[in-house]
Amino acid sequence: MKSVASNLLGRFASLIATPLTPAHYLGLFQPAGARIEAVTRETQDVTTLTLRPGRGWQRHQAGQHVRVAIAIDGRLAARTYSISSSPDRADGLITITVKAQGRVSNALCAAQPGSYLTLGLPEGDFVMPANERVLFITGGSGITPVMSMLRTGMRDVVHLHFARSADDVIFASELFDLAAQPTYRSIIVTDRRRLTPALLAELVPDWKTREPMACGPASLLEAVAFTNARVERFAATLVAPSDASGGQVRFGTSRVSAISDGRTPLLRIAETAGVNAPHGCRMGICHTCDATLTKGCVRDLRTGDRIDAGARIQICVCAAAGDVELAL
Amino acid sequence: MHSLPVSLTDEQIEDFGRELDTIQRDVKATLGAADRAYIQRVIAVQRGMALGGRVLIYASLPLIPTPFFLGVIGLGTVSLGLSKILENMEIGHNVIHGQWDWMQDPEIHSSTWEWDIVCPAEQWKHSHNVVHHTWTNVIGKDRDVGYQILRISDKQPWRPFHLAQPVYNAALAMMFQWGVGMHDLDGQDTFTKLRGIGRKAGKQLAKDYVLWPLLAGPFALPVLLANLVANSMRNLWTYAIIFCGHFPDGAQLFTEEQIEGETRGRWYLRQILGSCNITGGPLFHLLSGNLSFQVEHHLFPDLPSNRYAEVAPKVEALCARFGIPYNKGSFRKQLGSTLRTIFRLALPTRTALAA
Repeated sequence: MKSVASNLLGRFASLIATPLTPAHYLGLFQPAGARIEAVTRETQDVTTLTLRPGRGWQRHQAGQHVRVAIAIDGRLAARTYSISSSPDRADGLITITVKAQGRVSNALCAAQPGSYLTLGLPEGDFVMPANERVLFITGGSGITPVMSMLRTGMRDVVHLHFARSADDVIFASELFDLAAQPTYRSIIVTDRRRLTPALLAELVPDWKTREPMACGPASLLEAVAFTNARVERFAATLVAPSDASGGQVRFGTSRVSAISDGRTPLLRIAETAGVNAPHGCRMGICHTCDATLTKGCVRDLRTGDRIDAGARIQICVCAAAGDVELAL
Repeated sequence: MHSLPVSLTDEQIEDFGRELDTIQRDVKATLGAADRAYIQRVIAVQRGMALGGRVLIYASLPLIPTPFFLGVIGLGTVSLGLSKILENMEIGHNVIHGQWDWMQDPEIHSSTWEWDIVCPAEQWKHSHNVVHHTWTNVIGKDRDVGYQILRISDKQPWRPFHLAQPVYNAALAMMFQWGVGMHDLDGQDTFTKLRGIGRKAGKQLAKDYVLWPLLAGPFALPVLLANLVANSMRNLWTYAIIFCGHFPDGAQLFTEEQIEGETRGRWYLRQILGSCNITGGPLFHLLSGNLSFQVEHHLFPDLPSNRYAEVAPKVEALCARFGIPYNKGSFRKQLGSTLRTIFRLALPTRTALAA
């Protein structure tokens, strides 16, 4: 009964707020974005932002990521970050831990407490495993989703972490404290050794009895392939097909044309051509940039699949295969 | 050779166009955080005034037998009316033009914006952004020339129904949002467009004339009237500002022959010769959605409106240098000459061209 009543109330509120939504008016009192509560330096080039999510936030599962947008010179730009805090945090705050590299990450690391960011909702299936015996393999800032899981509590973990140097180990003191517990063992490699089957067998003799999960730079994820680990990537790996052939890209609504090499995502082509397409994650997650492909066909750079005219496509991860036209 | 009414060579017109390109490029290069803060502030003020206006209208109801009632409901109505003016002019019209698309913010973007008026944004983007802004003041192409029913230049042939134009002009002013709503009905996809207008209009009418009044129970009527007055304020104001854009004395109309093989420079020139500015203070410009800088808006339709004020003196100086007329005048002068024309041309005039 209660939900029927609140549904009706919500429906009525939408009708009297048209063409806006009730949320637009609520935003006058409480901004929809996430407030930066604290900015904490972790290492020389890594910073943790503590955020108070706004209305409509849904509690994350440990290990999930979220899209974060920040205005840089008035222009909104977004990237996806793993949440490094536990969903069980009593104060309802979340943290993201950001390495200062790239435009968005640099802006986040320089952000001031008290300012607001736009947050998406938590997404991703790199979450706590069902298996009690786990092997985490992480590299650099790839430790962030794993930290969320460790902070949430696990039964039997071996954690193999790779860092450039001892000074670059994020959350070092917390890992040290965790190691006092019998359920957690960490092995931190800072001497530039790379992951090989031999190294893993040497450091974690019982690894085959554990469920492997890995997060880190592309080179590490390539190296863990032999373990069949579940992996979390920082960025979609976009592969241009070897037979990539470009063509002319026409943006029908804007009446602008540009040339594509068949490898560059259509979003970048649109931006270079002066067509301001809305966008979000730039890695094929959020669907903010979806546009209708009116003519021609494109290739999904993540999978290599061909998509034909008529479809709504994610222009941040699709490239033209021949001449195409978009309703943009 | 161009056939525009200026004594400039083709090369001079292209030089002029290149200077305008530079003005636009220079301003766009400086867009940034302050501009974002500006539009966000205007949007917040507008939403606050809309909400505050509605609250005041309700707050007046318990005061009904006392003289305070009229004061409070009047204040609420004016606040709601002003918020609707801001919403249509400085926010809606300009966001839908794509002036704020550079922020790449899906919350303030021409592809997602819908405005508080019976005209669906999707249709407006075609009838206004594409047709009117491309074919500005070209007889037979630009449907804004007298909106198909008014004779606003003696270049348009006289027809007997024009005798009644002072009357239906007044009706158009009162119901202006419906004029805007029907604007894209050009004979193509009429059924689909009518359905779109119907859906949008249904929601708009239900909001102001059914649902908000119903919330007041037995006092529905004063709420309905307040909303009607607020919408009429918006209609009259937008009518007045928009009619001052291209109809005052001095604004030129063009024939299709004049725009054959039109270059970018000539397109710029046509926009200037066909558009008129209104002088006034910052608040006036804000409430007019900066369409008081109609010339600059037509030159650079997707330049954020808060920047027209700084561009206008540059454009005016450039026009002076090239000897190009730059039409500006007070609100009273521009609106007065527009209304005078509508009355005068209701009667047949000798200079009319053959159809």
